[in-house]
Amino acid sequence: MLMLEKRPQPSRAWTYATPVLAVVLTMLCGGLLFAALGQDPFETIRTIFLDPLFSEFAWFYRPQLLIKGAPLVLIAIGLSFGFRAGIWNIGAEGQYIVGAICGAAVGLAFFPLESFIIFPLMVLAGAVGGLLWAMIPGFLRVRFGTNEILVSLMLVYVAEQLLASMALGTLRNPDGMGFPGSRNLAQYPSATSWINQSAGMHWGVVTGFIAVIFAYIALSRHIFGFNVRLSGQSPRAAKFAGVNPGKLVLICMGISGALAGLAGLFEVSGPAGQVSIDFGAGYGFTAIIVAFLGRLHPVGILLAGGLMALTYIGGEIAQSNLGLPVAAIQLLQGMLLFFLLAVDVLTNYRVNWGRQPA
Amino acid sequence: MTEPLLRLSGLTKAYPGVVANKDVSFDIGRGEVHALLGENGAGKSTLVKTIYGLVKPDSGTMLLEGQSFQPPEPRAARAAGVAMVFQHFSLFDAMNVAENIALGMENPPPQAEIAAQVRAVSDQYGLPLDPTRIVGELSAGERQRVEIIRCLLQDPKLLIMDEPTSVLTPQEVAILFETLRKLSAEGTAILYISHKLEEIRALCDNATVLRLGQVVGTCDPRATSAREMAELMVGTVLHVPEKAARPMGDVILSLKGLSAKAPHRFGTALRDINLEVRKGEVLGIGGVAGNGQDELVAALSGEMKTASAMVTFKGQPIGHLSPNPRRKLGLLAAPEERMGHAAAPDMSLTENAILTAMTRQKLTSRGFLHWAQARRFAEGVIKTFDVRTPGPQNAARSLSGGNLQKFVIGREIMQDPEVLIVNQPTWGVDASAAAAIRQALLDLAAKGTAVIVISQDLDELMEISDRFAALNEGRLSAPRPAAGLTVDEIGLMLGGAHDMEVAHVDA
Repeated sequence: MLMLEKRPQPSRAWTYATPVLAVVLTMLCGGLLFAALGQDPFETIRTIFLDPLFSEFAWFYRPQLLIKGAPLVLIAIGLSFGFRAGIWNIGAEGQYIVGAICGAAVGLAFFPLESFIIFPLMVLAGAVGGLLWAMIPGFLRVRFGTNEILVSLMLVYVAEQLLASMALGTLRNPDGMGFPGSRNLAQYPSATSWINQSAGMHWGVVTGFIAVIFAYIALSRHIFGFNVRLSGQSPRAAKFAGVNPGKLVLICMGISGALAGLAGLFEVSGPAGQVSIDFGAGYGFTAIIVAFLGRLHPVGILLAGGLMALTYIGGEIAQSNLGLPVAAIQLLQGMLLFFLLAVDVLTNYRVNWGRQPA
Repeated sequence: MTEPLLRLSGLTKAYPGVVANKDVSFDIGRGEVHALLGENGAGKSTLVKTIYGLVKPDSGTMLLEGQSFQPPEPRAARAAGVAMVFQHFSLFDAMNVAENIALGMENPPPQAEIAAQVRAVSDQYGLPLDPTRIVGELSAGERQRVEIIRCLLQDPKLLIMDEPTSVLTPQEVAILFETLRKLSAEGTAILYISHKLEEIRALCDNATVLRLGQVVGTCDPRATSAREMAELMVGTVLHVPEKAARPMGDVILSLKGLSAKAPHRFGTALRDINLEVRKGEVLGIGGVAGNGQDELVAALSGEMKTASAMVTFKGQPIGHLSPNPRRKLGLLAAPEERMGHAAAPDMSLTENAILTAMTRQKLTSRGFLHWAQARRFAEGVIKTFDVRTPGPQNAARSLSGGNLQKFVIGREIMQDPEVLIVNQPTWGVDASAAAAIRQALLDLAAKGTAVIVISQDLDELMEISDRFAALNEGRLSAPRPAAGLTVDEIGLMLGGAHDMEVAHVDA
């Protein structure tokens, strides 16, 4: 019989091997799935995972990697603090949307004035918007003991309605001839997050890298990161160590909300350009996969964000070149999280094939 | 002698890197109360798990009533007539006694029938227990009775008891012993594991001593002194802690009308606790688990805040302070539960050193951790307190309970506290390590620290305390000088009136 034995210590080797194993298993099962859809599995896998980097059009796809990866990494870094502390903010998508709305609103309020102060103000507004949106589930949990998973998730749908109302009403482009959506911020020099559009560089990419570095330092060298890890592993020990659990919930929700809000602001003032009904593209949810795929470790998240961006772009190529349905790509991303969580058990447990447990 | 009930011959079980049992052989006769003695890690648990079918031996045989006995799993062992009461109870707090018992059965009869059986058995063996009560409301002694009755319903030939008295008051111990003697008189053999040598001398017919997995001796406990048995277990001459006479200093910590609501459903409220603790004294607080020990420690450590004037340290009200400001003042604590409360199981010992020592040992500056310093501090604790581990990078959960306890207590002592509160400092720790911990606590007191020891082990409290107080349902009795207190007086102080009924011998 198959037995699982708890390891005395988490295995270091498996900690690094499980994400790789999960990717390999995803490729295998994804290949089977594509074969069942009547595609050549090898070509499909190659299209999704390799073409964005190495095909003859890679010059076009590589900047896309930065554009897709930046919001994922930025949001996932924020989520990783909460996830390590056992605080489950599932509503980063909502915080991303609200951050974008707030940031864009500030920018649009200044239009058509040109000033160096506009963009920093937008950044501030974006971060504060996301932060406040995340404070709702945080405060409700601390004050009333509600479940932050449900509250934060439900607030995503509220945020989507708010987005629709903004795109159709308050923030609609007065010169847009009645079309929904705001003015294009990417074409408003004082308000755009683009640094070099053809290279895919915008302030979100820069902020993403900065966030990775700060998160790395906070988690490995600072008492805050220590308290976060401690609270996630042993809440009672954390309390004994002097951590105030309520405060920690608010701080972690705040960090993830602010970073998601920033991601939204950089997106709306750059790659997306405008507040529109379909602005929420699911980055906030995909970032959850990215956070876990990266083992909640900043460097891991950076790599995982890159990988996930790859499947997005590769998926688009597969859609247009091979005619794969978009659901197949989403299935592939879901598979990745599923396999990651499944093989994760190997980090803490040893598989014992048929022998008596020791 | 006739054929024994259970004969173990040449049992050997090796785990990677350690031989848990090596060529262990002994007999248990029908109706015999047989003691199994040994330090932590001597192989007692592995041996009883082998008998109970949880562990398969590498070699060796067992004969039960002359038949080959190789239980592949506990169910088979139970079917053959072997029952076991574990040290840690496996009961559901939210269910009643009869429901809990039904959960352990293969084909449970209706509740009413179980309740009737429970009543019959509890009457017969003098173990008062109401089958309709919710387990969460029972005392530790009563919970143990649930486990014992669960075993007795199977009508066992051999009953294995692992450290059964560690959570009982003297009166509850007396009830238990009456029950066990009665069972033994009826022909049920009992394999009794304990650290408490005086109990073994009072109860057992024979004793087998294990050391490093091997049988190092057998003795008649009634004819052997506790000290001799202890030395047989440890293999060296045992060091008994010395209590040096020392002057009492000023009052350093005082509790005035400390009251607090129960922090959770199965917690205990603290009720009007008044206490003054002086520099250099060891105050022992006895009481059965669940009478407010955890809550008192939490109120002192700062995990549970109270009105500020309820706790004063050197005249300064501190009831409102959280743990770290209290540590800064010099008030340290070591809670009972090592895994998950005093220490984080998945974190390294270095990280666990940071857990409580960051303030006093200055392991951070502006929030940044000094890893090298933390590692040195952890290494110091490991060295000074003889914690057996490859090094401070190992996870706390890889340590045995006794070793982790040494680390947890050592971590606080090495920070030079002015007041140290320890809850169950030697629970589950072997004899020599327990002696070392007690000695360290006494040495600390000799340096002028006020030490509050909360324990259920009355022998321990009598050995090291200057004054003794008892905690019962959240109330603390007035402390009395420990010297000269009799067991009966202590029993009365504990108010351990949990059904002080002794077995009906006529049933």
